[in-house]
Amino acid sequence: MSTAIENAEFVTVSIEGQLFGIPVLMVQDVLGPQKITRIPLSPKEVAGVLNLRGRIVTAVELRTRLGLPMRASGEQGMSVVVEHRGEPYSLIVDGVGEVMALKAEAFERNPPTLNPRWREVSLGVYRLDGKLLVVLEVPKVLDFLEIAEAA
Amino acid sequence: MDDLLSEFLTETNESLAVLDVELVHLEQNPNNPSLLNNIFRLVHTIKGTCGFLGLPRLETLAHAGENVLGKFRDGALVVTPDSVTLILATLDRLKAIVSELERTEAEPAGDDADLIARLDAAALGKVAAAPAPVKAPPPVAVEPVEPASEEGPYDAKLGRQLKPGEVTLEELEAVFRATEAAAAEVAAPAAAAEVVAEAPKPEAPHGDTQMAEAGESAVAGQSIRVRVDLLENLMTMVSELVLTRNQLLQMVRKINDSEFAAPLQRLSLVTTELQEGVMKTRMQPIGSAWAKLPRIVRDLSRELGKKIDLVMQGAETELDRQVLELIKDPLTHMVRNSADHGLETPAERQSNGKGDTGRIVLNAYHEGGHILIEIRDDGRGLDAQKIKAKVLEKGLATEAELEAMSDRELHRFIFKPGFSTAAKVTSVSGRGVGMDVVRTNIEKIGGTIDLRTEKGKGSTFTIKIPLTLAIVSALIVECAGERFAVPQISVVELVRASPTSEQKIERIENTAVLRLRDRLLPLVFLNELFGLEAAGAGIAKQGESYIIVTQVGSHRFGMVVDRVFDTEEIVVKPVAPILRNISVYSGNTILGDGSVIMILDPNGIAASSGQQVSDNARAEEDAAAKKDNRNDDRMALLLFHAGGTEPKAVPLALVARLEEIETAQVERVAGQMVVQYRGQLMPLISVSDDQQLSPTGRQPVVVFADRDRNMGLLVDEIVDIVEDRLAVELRTKRQGVLGSAVIAGKATEVVDVAHFLGAAREDWFMNGSKQTLDDKGDGRKLLLIDDSPFFRNMLAPLLQVAGYQVTTAENAEAALKMRESGEAFDVILSDIEMPGMDGFAFAEAVRHDGSWMKTPIVALSGHVSPRFFERGREAGFVDYVAKLDRDALLASLEQTLSRSHAA
Repeated sequence: MSTAIENAEFVTVSIEGQLFGIPVLMVQDVLGPQKITRIPLSPKEVAGVLNLRGRIVTAVELRTRLGLPMRASGEQGMSVVVEHRGEPYSLIVDGVGEVMALKAEAFERNPPTLNPRWREVSLGVYRLDGKLLVVLEVPKVLDFLEIAEAA
Repeated sequence: MDDLLSEFLTETNESLAVLDVELVHLEQNPNNPSLLNNIFRLVHTIKGTCGFLGLPRLETLAHAGENVLGKFRDGALVVTPDSVTLILATLDRLKAIVSELERTEAEPAGDDADLIARLDAAALGKVAAAPAPVKAPPPVAVEPVEPASEEGPYDAKLGRQLKPGEVTLEELEAVFRATEAAAAEVAAPAAAAEVVAEAPKPEAPHGDTQMAEAGESAVAGQSIRVRVDLLENLMTMVSELVLTRNQLLQMVRKINDSEFAAPLQRLSLVTTELQEGVMKTRMQPIGSAWAKLPRIVRDLSRELGKKIDLVMQGAETELDRQVLELIKDPLTHMVRNSADHGLETPAERQSNGKGDTGRIVLNAYHEGGHILIEIRDDGRGLDAQKIKAKVLEKGLATEAELEAMSDRELHRFIFKPGFSTAAKVTSVSGRGVGMDVVRTNIEKIGGTIDLRTEKGKGSTFTIKIPLTLAIVSALIVECAGERFAVPQISVVELVRASPTSEQKIERIENTAVLRLRDRLLPLVFLNELFGLEAAGAGIAKQGESYIIVTQVGSHRFGMVVDRVFDTEEIVVKPVAPILRNISVYSGNTILGDGSVIMILDPNGIAASSGQQVSDNARAEEDAAAKKDNRNDDRMALLLFHAGGTEPKAVPLALVARLEEIETAQVERVAGQMVVQYRGQLMPLISVSDDQQLSPTGRQPVVVFADRDRNMGLLVDEIVDIVEDRLAVELRTKRQGVLGSAVIAGKATEVVDVAHFLGAAREDWFMNGSKQTLDDKGDGRKLLLIDDSPFFRNMLAPLLQVAGYQVTTAENAEAALKMRESGEAFDVILSDIEMPGMDGFAFAEAVRHDGSWMKTPIVALSGHVSPRFFERGREAGFVDYVAKLDRDALLASLEQTLSRSHAA
């Protein structure tokens, strides 16, 4: 797996102060705060649906996915739109930063002590100056969908 | 050319073209299972269709080829270039036969023993290096196939998915009839298959010219071929247009006196029409997909030695053309399966205490935005043990896993690829193509398939297809701050409930109910069901709330919401895969204001709130629907004022034109008001005596016409045209008025047009016109049977005016009494829906014996559908006309009489 991410480019996002990276080639759109329609009875990770230029996009709250507490009310997240199996999904994060090109030397596998919930959705970690960037593996992030579907 | 045959040729040419390409791919990727599956299916389909068209040469050859492919698919044989060459040679031979078939409409004589021997050898694993040079090298590109065929130029371009999208209803019906006729022809001689194959031979010399003509008329005639994806695209555009229109309307609604209002109104109208038009191009009754089935079942019953009764219900259920196209083949497969695997032989049936004729029932109906299609047989049902054995044999699950499975889960194995419980492989089915294809095709269009089976009693497959493409009207409601859409179609009524009003929510323990017209209506609080923190929880209990009364099957319940907004036209979009298993939603959509909204599925809500909708309930509902149908004499009515205070009504179908005349032009001739109208004198009649002709200005006139004669009814004001049931409740003795009925919520006088027609006619003669009985009727005697006095009163004078001597009877029994008393008529006109003996039974009775055996009977009905038409013809009616279609009625009578005279 590590070969696949040599010198890769990532869109950096922040959640609860932690920096994450989403492979730039997967990202279709970055949106500011959106009006999201809640869907009662849906899996808790699903924040709702939103209208992206006439397309209905399912919004997934990354905080819930990572087992983090919800954002304080009044604070609105941003959306990173990715496509998974032909369907658009919007990943909701606290903020979106710059696009970074990162060198393979700085990459390391997940520490085995990492929270299993995080380990499940991340490929590994980049050591940056002063902070760490966790690489999100989008198909795994949206994995709970298949579990729900199979049920 | 036989329509069925030409369809077969188109399809087979397409399949052969695809096969060429696929086989070459296969040679390059010999281990691609999906490629193999596809090839196998195509050959299987060709074989199947040949089988029921009675083309033995093609069938045997395709069968042999399929055997080899089956071995490839199961991994028993390795794909080698030699074997592919052999298959390609087979394809070339098939093509040669097909093109000959196209030219002469008969299979050419000849023998394929050489190829079949090689194929059989190959199936046993002995691929000989081709002994003879192969006819043609495997073509790499798709050749344009058979330009002689009318569809020829399209074939090469059309892939499998892009099936041509023409076919008018008429054509389909023609196919249906042609098939039936053919079936009737071959029913007599014993050797059915041979007859079908050979019958066209004597015509062979004319074949070419005929085909050319058929080609001309089919293409240049009333229909053109349009690719389905083009229609699809059009539909998407229209859907978007509708949404944009809605958005604009919403914006303009907020502004008073906008200059945009008028053009937008127009735009809105045009958009609606466009939308309806585009929808219509795509809708077809499901019966068109069923048309082939009686023939298939008939042939199967012969082949399998079983007695099979095929019943088709709900053939008029309309569904989207593309959906129809996609479920056509699965349906055929399933009916074949039912006949082959499901039903037992007569001997088996008798030993199980059943009648020796097996029954396959197809039933289609709409339910809550879905179309449900049931295929039900009363055969042996699925055998759980056999399935288990097969699952183990195929290694699809372990014994332990099987033990833990419910019967239902076990049954679902039949939808897995390569699974067949048929003991032997017949040419009909049993190769395990079929159910997995069926499932794949249905899931492709977002549908589901389910199976209920009971050993010894039979199986029922239920296909549920959502109407994903449809634009529906939906009610927008709010609950706990969230908005939802409820399809208007499932809303029965809206009730506002508050503790102070008459309608209030009561509780039995924790169960909320509403007293609604002396019945208790179970309630579902959406906020509770959805676990929403209800800002409205307090409101629902104390303040006002709205109850959406919904019906699922015959089961009614109410959904409690906080607010109800507008209705809006919405385009139903399927929900994301992740949300598909939440049964309370049937889709989602984007509203005019740009926000996304979830569409509620009342079926799902009923189910998830623990309400059971039983099968019995459905039966009740069917009965109720039938009853409704019977009473449903809805018709378009023209409402107007003419003297008095009550509005008055006449059936719109009787009205020829609405005119305004200058009162100054009204003249009086022998005490009769007339006006010069279209070069003739038209008598004018006032409805009531207290009606005044305004001295100046213009006066609206309702014009009734009969042939070239007109009669004008003076009215004060035209009010409206409404569609309503016409149930005359209060009769009156006043001349010219049939009675009073509630129309559009108001007591309305129903005007007796017949009276005025008669009055005008009398006057006509008094005025010394040279009009005589030169009419169609020519004084022939006609018996009119109709249980509704309104129709009797309306039709009798009409027919009299047309020159018939009319006798009326209020029911079939009364008519039969007339027969016994020795009365004779030239023609009988009978209603179908009557209490007691209905029209069908009446016609059968008349045809059966007695003095009227030869008297032609024309059926009269509120609704005319092809199914009724067929049934009517069987019962002995010579023609079938809609009650309110006067011109068609007169034309039909004239035709019937001239025919019976000629005979």
